[in-house]
Amino acid sequence: MVKPATNSSGEPTVDTSPKNWDEVKTTTCYMCACRCGIKVYLKDGTVTYIEGNRDHPVNKGVLCGKGSAGIMQHYSPARLQKPLLRVGERGSGEFKEIEWDEALGLATEWLDGPRKTDPRKLAFFTGRDQSQGLTGWWAQRYGTPNYAAHGGFCSVNMAAAGLYSIGGSFWEFGEPDWDLTEYFLMFGVAEDHASNPIKMGLSKLKNRGAKFVSINPVQTGYSAIADEWIGIRPGTDGLFVASLIRELLIAGKIDLEFLVRYTNAPWLVVQNPGGADDGLFARDGEGRVLAWDKTAMAAVDAHLPEIAPALSGAFELDDGRKVVPAFQLLAERFMDDQYTPDAVADHAGISADTIRRIAAEIAEAAFEREVVLDVPWTDWAGRRHEKMVGRPVSFHAMRGISAHSNGFHSCRMLHLLQMLIGSIDTPGGFRYHPPFPKPLPPPLKPGGKPGEVVAGEPLPGPPLGFPTGPEDLLVDAEGTPQRIDKAYSWEAPIAAHGMMHMVISNAARRDPYGIDVLFMYMANMSWNSSMNVPGTIAALTQKDEDTGDYVIPKIIYSDAYYSEMIPYADLILPDTTYLERWDCISLLDRPISDADGAADSIRQPVTKPDRDVRPFQDVLLDLGARLGLPGFVGDDGAPAYPGGYSDYIVNHERAPGVGPLAGFRGKDGDQYGKGEPNPNQLEAYIENGCHYFHELEPSQRYFRHANADYLNWAQSVGFVGSSNQIVLHVYSEAMQKFRLAARGHGDIRPPEQHRARVEAFFDPLPFWYAPFEEAMVADQDFPMHAITQRPMAMYHSWGSQNAWLRQIHGSNSLYMNRARAKELGVEEGDWVWLTSHHGRVKAPVALMDGVNPDTVWTWNAIGKRSGAWNLAEDAPESQKGFLLNHVISELLPEQGGYRYANADPVTGQAAWYDLRIRIEKAKPEEFGIPSPNFEATAKPPGLRPAPDKVRFGAKEGTT
Amino acid sequence: MTSLPTPQERSGKKLGLVIDLDICVGCQACAVSCKEWNTSGYSAPLTDLAAYGDQPIGAWLNRIHTYEAGPDGESQTVHFPRSCLHCEEPACVTVCPTGASYKRAEDGIVLVNPETCIGCKLCSWACPYGAREYDYDHGVMKKCTLCVDRIYNENLEEVDRVPACVRACPTSARHFGDLGDPESDVSKMVADRGGYDLLPEMGYKPVNKYLPPRPRRDKETAAPAPVQASETADGKAGIDKLFAWADRMLSR
Repeated sequence: MVKPATNSSGEPTVDTSPKNWDEVKTTTCYMCACRCGIKVYLKDGTVTYIEGNRDHPVNKGVLCGKGSAGIMQHYSPARLQKPLLRVGERGSGEFKEIEWDEALGLATEWLDGPRKTDPRKLAFFTGRDQSQGLTGWWAQRYGTPNYAAHGGFCSVNMAAAGLYSIGGSFWEFGEPDWDLTEYFLMFGVAEDHASNPIKMGLSKLKNRGAKFVSINPVQTGYSAIADEWIGIRPGTDGLFVASLIRELLIAGKIDLEFLVRYTNAPWLVVQNPGGADDGLFARDGEGRVLAWDKTAMAAVDAHLPEIAPALSGAFELDDGRKVVPAFQLLAERFMDDQYTPDAVADHAGISADTIRRIAAEIAEAAFEREVVLDVPWTDWAGRRHEKMVGRPVSFHAMRGISAHSNGFHSCRMLHLLQMLIGSIDTPGGFRYHPPFPKPLPPPLKPGGKPGEVVAGEPLPGPPLGFPTGPEDLLVDAEGTPQRIDKAYSWEAPIAAHGMMHMVISNAARRDPYGIDVLFMYMANMSWNSSMNVPGTIAALTQKDEDTGDYVIPKIIYSDAYYSEMIPYADLILPDTTYLERWDCISLLDRPISDADGAADSIRQPVTKPDRDVRPFQDVLLDLGARLGLPGFVGDDGAPAYPGGYSDYIVNHERAPGVGPLAGFRGKDGDQYGKGEPNPNQLEAYIENGCHYFHELEPSQRYFRHANADYLNWAQSVGFVGSSNQIVLHVYSEAMQKFRLAARGHGDIRPPEQHRARVEAFFDPLPFWYAPFEEAMVADQDFPMHAITQRPMAMYHSWGSQNAWLRQIHGSNSLYMNRARAKELGVEEGDWVWLTSHHGRVKAPVALMDGVNPDTVWTWNAIGKRSGAWNLAEDAPESQKGFLLNHVISELLPEQGGYRYANADPVTGQAAWYDLRIRIEKAKPEEFGIPSPNFEATAKPPGLRPAPDKVRFGAKEGTT
Repeated sequence: MTSLPTPQERSGKKLGLVIDLDICVGCQACAVSCKEWNTSGYSAPLTDLAAYGDQPIGAWLNRIHTYEAGPDGESQTVHFPRSCLHCEEPACVTVCPTGASYKRAEDGIVLVNPETCIGCKLCSWACPYGAREYDYDHGVMKKCTLCVDRIYNENLEEVDRVPACVRACPTSARHFGDLGDPESDVSKMVADRGGYDLLPEMGYKPVNKYLPPRPRRDKETAAPAPVQASETADGKAGIDKLFAWADRMLSR
């Protein structure tokens, strides 16, 4: 071995300019849903380093731990190698490798059957799919309404509450004004889709000295750096927010001008108890909504500028209808004594003084520290304003509010609070990400009503949409659900993202009907993506007693890795890693815009697969062509996108001139938003770092619900159908329409069984109610809450097979409040039984102070099934790690002879965090291994052996 | 044993990190980015044993610890990134029997020469900060190099010539610079924010500094009392007062 030379000081010389790469390619990360821009360093085709792209609008150069661990995901030994066909019983893991021709032939045959008879018999559900523009379109062209991605068990409550209240939402569809906000409240966020932007934003806030309040039962991650941590009791966020609203109303600390100009607070609501129009807006003969103009002392078109609408008072219209402004109803609702700080304090676990103080702090920041920007803008009525004036209080919320059965209304209350203090898209407040705001709700109705599902025909509309009344539901004359997950039925009328968590359970019970084929992508349904894992496994393997066939006869699954779901599928279509594929992050799907502009991006293959796998999107296009789905084949029957997904990305048009990517459109690539396909579009994106950011003019960056410059532009690029003002909804008439149906009005009414429930929960004004499980089980039997969080280093990722990330989170403990544990005689390192109404798990305990005393929690999805992910059978993920999923039932306890889904009654959002439990210390002899413990799954053929030792980056000479 | 550069030999430059505990959220970005760069960098490889097995253990040059600190009932969660502090008087160097561990005269970076390291682990015993990790497979000691193969690397854009952890950190909690220059950004930051040494009583004079969490403003408020005390405004009277207040000419 050659000794290194030494320098003049006698120190060894060090090569300070090594170059361990021969090229650098840009693409988009897929280690979570954040979708940061990355630069991938390659040497001889091998990935050597991944870093954040400084020019990218999402992450501006930074990269989280997951993103940097992408190398280990890309080279994971859990990668599937070739298509697989099941040869043993389902669950046995016995497969044989087959060629792609055979795999695609089988899939086509299996899929063609239901299409030609009853397309509903195909349930096509995708998990962490970032190509919903394509997958949704495929389902529609196939003709099945049974399509959704994972939003229904993620955070549809946030999406729906936002879209029905402010035309946008939290999630990654909006952001606090990180540069100008003075007071920021974050509800229930451990980690979020906007993973890096939130971190960058919090850093800005802290360095500016803005106050950051975290409302979360657990003090980890972001909560750890908050100025104030409020360890709220799970499921009571809405109660807290209602009390804040009440305090602000009493104090007169609300922005009346904002309410009058930008919301429906002044719209007149008909007061006709028992009548078919009770609670609807009063309209004139032309269908125009009315407001009471205090100048004219008459009801006038509520949309007119310059009127002086009343916010309170009782009025009578010329035709005798009695009406009151929506604001009056709102004020009466929240001034009710049930929402006084003293009334809610004990239940929410927050002192009344704290609630009053937070309300006062919000009021002070909003009204004493107004933000004024010297930026002229023009409003919807053409009036020029010299300045932009805003209220620097902002909010962000996610799963902690969303994953409760009261999440829709709780989230709506948060939006109501924002509207009351005038901080929707005003400087310092919440800011939309284009293409939002959209009309309330977006004008898309779900396809799949009786008569719309026709053998061999596409659905007339997309499977997912936004109902505004009973006429939009997917039910038959008897009120029977039309979708396998019962989305858009009376049980979950506004299930805007579907109800993926109910598909397998319902299909196995053939409720509302049996299916022929279950087709899934990137969804680990036999493990951490399902409630009630043992029940889900039973459903996947259940056989018909008469025929001996599986009740779910065929299961096709696509995934890049050997996940727990693989053994339960019949046909495996192996996907590539994210570095081996084309993708588009489209404005038609889930955009990556920020508040200052619209953005979209692509993935390009930076390296080629070294195994017999294909990108799922290529496979889906191929299957569409083989099935002859309209749009997937041309008039001549030949594939419409023979070049695969990259061909589709460039050439597909959803409407004339509108395609998956907005940048570089038109023959010469010089058009934005609309323009004919550009054959060189992908090259232009690559040249531009694989993204395109359209920056808005300063005059277009706030008040976008009412900003003429913005709305005209948004219309020109197809984000909105008209440039009319988007009036925000404090009062939701759509809710009231469902409620009226429950009261017996209209032709489409809920069956008696569901009537009271619809009436109760379709309230046009948000309200708080106890989460269902809490209301249905006895407090003394299940006195505590159990929740999960995603760790930042594994949020939304598939991390357990990642050699680096599993060293950070290789097993999980059940975290308990130290003082409460002492009362229960539980010590650090003990094992406990955690029992719910549905089942029990045994887990090791760790103690901490920073958790609500009535709550236990753990990291989600760290526990793995032995043998899965090509981990050793004795890996800590299975020997110490555990899931809470096992004790969460997908169905609520029986009531009145029926079991509803464990979900929000409005949106069908899975109520993961409603779980109630009790804790009992395990006997010492029970310590050491979690329960339930599943037998190890067999590894499929062809999987590469997992190396014992990883020496990534080793140079010659290292031994 | 190994000598340190004499004061005369030292350039005066003290390259190091300033880590802001006020905004570190414990996301592990720095730790993984470090591992990713350095596994094929100066210290290559950072071996992982039992990588997919029962007790995975790998060499990392930067680890994040999360713990609760503070009085009972008022404790706060703290995320604490830990790596080599590039001490001015590093015992890990003086204890080295072969000269493999050394402190560079030109910039103060403490390095291990893998060619002469015999893996005796004396340095890891000498370091009170637990900053050195033994690579059981490679048989040598690994430690933070301050990305000596990045910070001068002419193949990287100038803006990227910072340690990988600093480049990746999403909250900008990590800063790199010359702590020997009182006018540098990092020195000023330390002065402004009361940056401190870890275990100063040990006398090793760490170059890296930590910025303490800023005082939390949890219960203080400059907010005015509500215009109407809620005690007097409950029920019907409260609503009437609200409507009276809201009953004004407001133009749309």
